[in-house]
This record gives sequence, C-alpha cells and structure tokens, in this order.
Amino acid sequence: MDVQAWTWIFVGSSFALYIAIAFWSRARSTGEFYVAGKHVSPIANGMATAADWMSAASFIGMAGLISFLGADGAVYLMGWTGGYVLLALLLAPYLRKFGKYTVPDFVGERYYSQTARLVAVVCAIFISFTYVAGQMRGVGIVFSRFLEVDITLGVIIGMGVVFTYAVLGGMKGITYTQVAQYCVLIFAYMVPAIFLSLMIAGNPLPQLGFGGANEAGLWVLDRLDGLQHELGFSSYTEYDWSMINIACITGALMLGTAGLPHVIIRFYTVRRVRDARISAGWALLFIAVLYTSAPAIAVFARTNLLENVPGQSYANAPTWVSAWEDSGLIAWRDHDGNGAIHYTDGSAFKGKPSYEAHPDGRPMRGEHGQRLVKNDDVDGVNELYIDRDIMVLANPEIAGLPPWVIALVAAGGLAAALSTAAGLLLVVSSAVSHDLLKGTIAPQISERGELRAARIAAAFAVIMAGVLGIYPPDYVAAVVAFAFGLAASSFFPVIVMGIFSKRFNREGAIVGMTCGLLFTTAYIVWFKFISPETNNADHWFLGISPEGIGIIGMLLNFITGIGVSMLTSPPPDDVKKLVESIRIPGEG
Amino acid sequence: MQPGDRHRAYFKANLKVIAVLLAIWAFVSFGCGIFLAPWLNEFRIPGTGFKLGFWMANQGSIYVFVLLIFIYVWIMNRLDRAYGVEESD
Repeated sequence: MDVQAWTWIFVGSSFALYIAIAFWSRARSTGEFYVAGKHVSPIANGMATAADWMSAASFIGMAGLISFLGADGAVYLMGWTGGYVLLALLLAPYLRKFGKYTVPDFVGERYYSQTARLVAVVCAIFISFTYVAGQMRGVGIVFSRFLEVDITLGVIIGMGVVFTYAVLGGMKGITYTQVAQYCVLIFAYMVPAIFLSLMIAGNPLPQLGFGGANEAGLWVLDRLDGLQHELGFSSYTEYDWSMINIACITGALMLGTAGLPHVIIRFYTVRRVRDARISAGWALLFIAVLYTSAPAIAVFARTNLLENVPGQSYANAPTWVSAWEDSGLIAWRDHDGNGAIHYTDGSAFKGKPSYEAHPDGRPMRGEHGQRLVKNDDVDGVNELYIDRDIMVLANPEIAGLPPWVIALVAAGGLAAALSTAAGLLLVVSSAVSHDLLKGTIAPQISERGELRAARIAAAFAVIMAGVLGIYPPDYVAAVVAFAFGLAASSFFPVIVMGIFSKRFNREGAIVGMTCGLLFTTAYIVWFKFISPETNNADHWFLGISPEGIGIIGMLLNFITGIGVSMLTSPPPDDVKKLVESIRIPGEG
Repeated sequence: MQPGDRHRAYFKANLKVIAVLLAIWAFVSFGCGIFLAPWLNEFRIPGTGFKLGFWMANQGSIYVFVLLIFIYVWIMNRLDRAYGVEESD
C-alpha cells in the first residue's frame, strides 16, 4: 500500500474514533459543557491538558525550528515546559478552589468589577483566535501534502470534526477526545523518533541517542558541529543570541504558558484541589515525553539534511526535495549555474518562494527540472530555501521509513492541531455565553438558554476559525509571539496577585492590566508591523526582541498595579474572605 | 489554635514550599540552562557526547521541572493533613 492509502486509513479511523467519543460523552448541562461536570480523573486530565497544550506548532513546527536554531531553540523547550511549574505552584490549586467556570470569572469576582471582567474577556478571545488560526493552517498543510486534497477542503473536513465534538460535547466531549488524541499524537511522534535514533545512533531512546555515537564512532553532536562548520554555519551546540534575550524569551514563554486561558481552564475540570495539583504533574510528564524527544529529532533531522543535500546535483537529490517543492515549502535557485545544490548560511532569495508559472497554470521549470521562483535576489551564495515547518513531516521520508510511518505522522499532526483548536474554541464560546451573556448582558438567562448560547457561540467560533485557516493572514507567525506576550503581561500578574495579595485591588488590576497590555502591544506592533526593517538587536529595548518583551510588560503590570493599589482603598471584606478561602483546600 | 491562626500558619508553610521549589526551578533553567551554560559547556557528561550546558537546556531542566511538581504535590498533601485542611472525599 502507498502512503496515501495508509494516510486515509489512519486519518479516517482516528476521526471516526473522535466522533464516536463525542456521541458517548454529550454534555447535558452548562456545568458539563464548561468544566466536564468536574469529574475528570487527574491522569485523564493530565493527558487532555497535554493534548490541549501541544498544538500543531509543538508537533509539526518545534523540532524543525530547533533544528535550524541549534542551541538557541532551547528557549522553546524550557519556556513551554517551565511554565507548568508556575501553573502548578501558583495558579492551578487556587483557581480550582475558586471553582467558577472561566478565567474572566475569576478576574471579575476577585476584582469586583465588570470592567476588569470585560478586559479579561477581550484578552481571552484575542489570544484564542490568534492561536486557532495557526491550528487550522496546520490541518490544511497536512491534508494538502499527504492526501493531495485542496487546503480549503482539508480545513472544512477538520472543521466538521471539531464542530461535531465541541458543539455536542462541550468540555466533556473535548476532554475525552483529547485523551484519545494524546495517545494518537504521542505514538505518531515517537515511532519515527525511535526509528531515527536507531538508524543514526543505534539507541532506541532518542533522549539518549543524540548524546550517543554514530557508526563511525563519532559523537552525533560533534559530527553535526563539524558539518555546520564545513558548510559555513555556526556551532549547533552553542548559543548565538545574547544571554539577556534568551532569558527574556524563555521567561515570556513560561509566564505566557501559565497565563493561557485554555490551559488554565483545564484545571477546573477535576474534583478536588489535590487533583488539580497532581494533574499538573501528569500533564507535564506527558508533555515532557514529546519535549525531550524534540531536540533529538532536531539533531537527527539536521544531520540527515546536511549529509544528504548540500553538494548534490538537483537531478540526484532525494525525491522528497521535489515533493516538498511542489507543496511550495522548498525552493532552489541555482545562483552559480552548476546544477548542484549549494547550501550555506543566509537566505536564498527575499521572502517566501513565489513560483513562476505558465499562463495555463503549469509551473515553469529551469534546465534541471527545478521550479523557478520570481523572488528578488539577496546578497550571499546560499541557494536553498527550506520551510522550517516541514522537518517533522518530512523526517520519515528523509530517513526512508516505511509508508505507514509517514501516514502515522500525518494523523498525529492532525490530532495535535484538532485537540488544541477544540480547547481554544471552548474558551471563546464560554467567554461569550458565560461571561458576556450570563455575566453581563442577560444575568437572568435560564440554564437551557445559556447552554444553547454556548453551543451557538462554539459553532460560530468554529466557522471563524475555519475562515482564518482557509485565508490565513500573513501575520499568523508574527502574532503567536503576541499571544504569549499578552498572556504574560495581562493575565499572569493579576491572577497571581489576586491569590497571594489581599491588598491588590480593582484599581490596581485595571491599571496594571492596561499598562502591561498597552506596552507589550505597542512594542510588538512597532517591530512586527510598523517598522519591521528595524527589528534587530541594535534597535531593541535593552536588546530584548519582541518575542521576549512580555517579561517587561509583566513587570510593568506588577509595578503599576501594586503602586496604584497602595494609593487607593483596599478591597471590600467579602473579597478578602474570598481570597482567604481559595488559599485553603478544605473547609470554607 | 484557632481555625484562623491554623489557616495562616498553613499558608505561610505553603509559601515557604513555593519559594524553595521556585528557587530550584530558576536555578536549573535560567542558571544552568542559560547564564551558566557557556561555562558548563566546557564539561561533558561522561560516556556521552553531551556538553553539560547544552544538555541542561535541552533535557535536564525539563526532567527537573517534572520532578518539582511531583515533589510539590507530595509535600502539599502532607501539609494539608498536618494542618487539618485536607478535602473530604
């Protein structure tokens, strides 16, 4: 059987499984729709959280990104796992004790203010939509590359599946499908990783394999550093970026992780405070399986790439090169006209490839059969453009693994994208039906009315997400930094202060959130959209890139919030009592 | 002890646990994984090709994060019982 047949089998049967689970776990009340009736076991919640958290970016994108960044890629590894320690120690148990359904709920009650609640609603919706756009695009890429269906059709199929289980099942349906999706995605991630590790280092555990030796008896990492130098790249195992920038990006990703509403909301679904604590541990353990394999995959992929492609003539290059060229994710421009692929540091041309085509739509090809690109030239001699996103998806092909492994990776990528999309859509729907409708506009709404509103909001959010996936705005990648910066500079400080300080009040929260948000937004918008040509270390504030600026926004939020709280009157007594009660697991 | 005093003492103990665990958290990630990494890279983990700083950033810090949460859970469950604030089933 070929790859495509295997892919249809894996994708089809995993989709059928998700829908079956959705029917089995339909939500019948708002409590079930928002927080799965608070009856999820800690291990199941850990798995669901892991699937919720690990998105198309973690599954498809991260290892590829690391393989191009080398040591600097560790900011993602530490940033996206370290946040769980903060979540477990500073947020999860207390928010579970609070027990209401959403993050804006907590902000609204703790700061006795509808304004604060509305600011939180806007942040939650913005962060979630930013993220969802990326997931749907991931779905589209997998469908177009492996099933050769149109991206639009791929996104519509994905939407249909998410629609079924998110709208029917709410949090309950999402939780149990996420458990299944975790199993699918981790299996799909580990199988090729184990194969690669065996091939390159002769060790079945990738975590150990990339510290092992290759067939020639050389350390895998030393061999890679050697290849990097030969081709004119910097060392793989040493940092290139400035220390302050690495620390700030890591910190912003950690704090952003801890402030993401779709992750926080998962800790409302368990029965007790102690279950919330332990499910954070399970979640990180399940996440760590993938996150400790990713750097190994990055090293194997980079080694494979550097050993097999540079110096080859285009005609003799491995077949995956032209396959991904057809998907628009690889391009080769023969600067020196010798027919061989010269790969070194620097860009091959300006921007992402835009291919030349004949008037009838057929691609225009050069003398070696390569697709021609019309992008402007840049200085430098590098001839190869490789989209970082393809490394994980192309890995099984690069390593020559059997077709079913390649198909498995496609199903895993879809599981990662769909599970995250569903979690995000639930945040949007509960923000609309619970916080806007029930909390602000129509407090008298009946339980059934609210449940119907939640379903309509979820349906609407799915359609919006699909549209964003079909017509992806150019700035998707740019706004991901935004989602984390925003979560770090808005939610994290006010939630932490809301728990650990009885003096922090409404005025402090509103001023703090606003200052943190405005500063972070302004900085990112300036460097990403208004003045992108100055987006480099010479112009950055203290040498901190837009990806890491959330840290400064967060500090600003803390400082202005505490200052304003000190100058205004303390919170009312019932709020102080609320704070006391969320600090104690039992009683009260 | 009055319930109020007991709760305050419990929360104080809780804060101490958080402070110690977060200090370790910061030391392995920002310390060993980032600021000390270039220096740690002069050493290798015996029997492997890993430079120590690179390994801490790519692997070691993540293992410690997982351990920290499970240690936290274990300590807190004991504290809950010691101060009589555990939840009923």
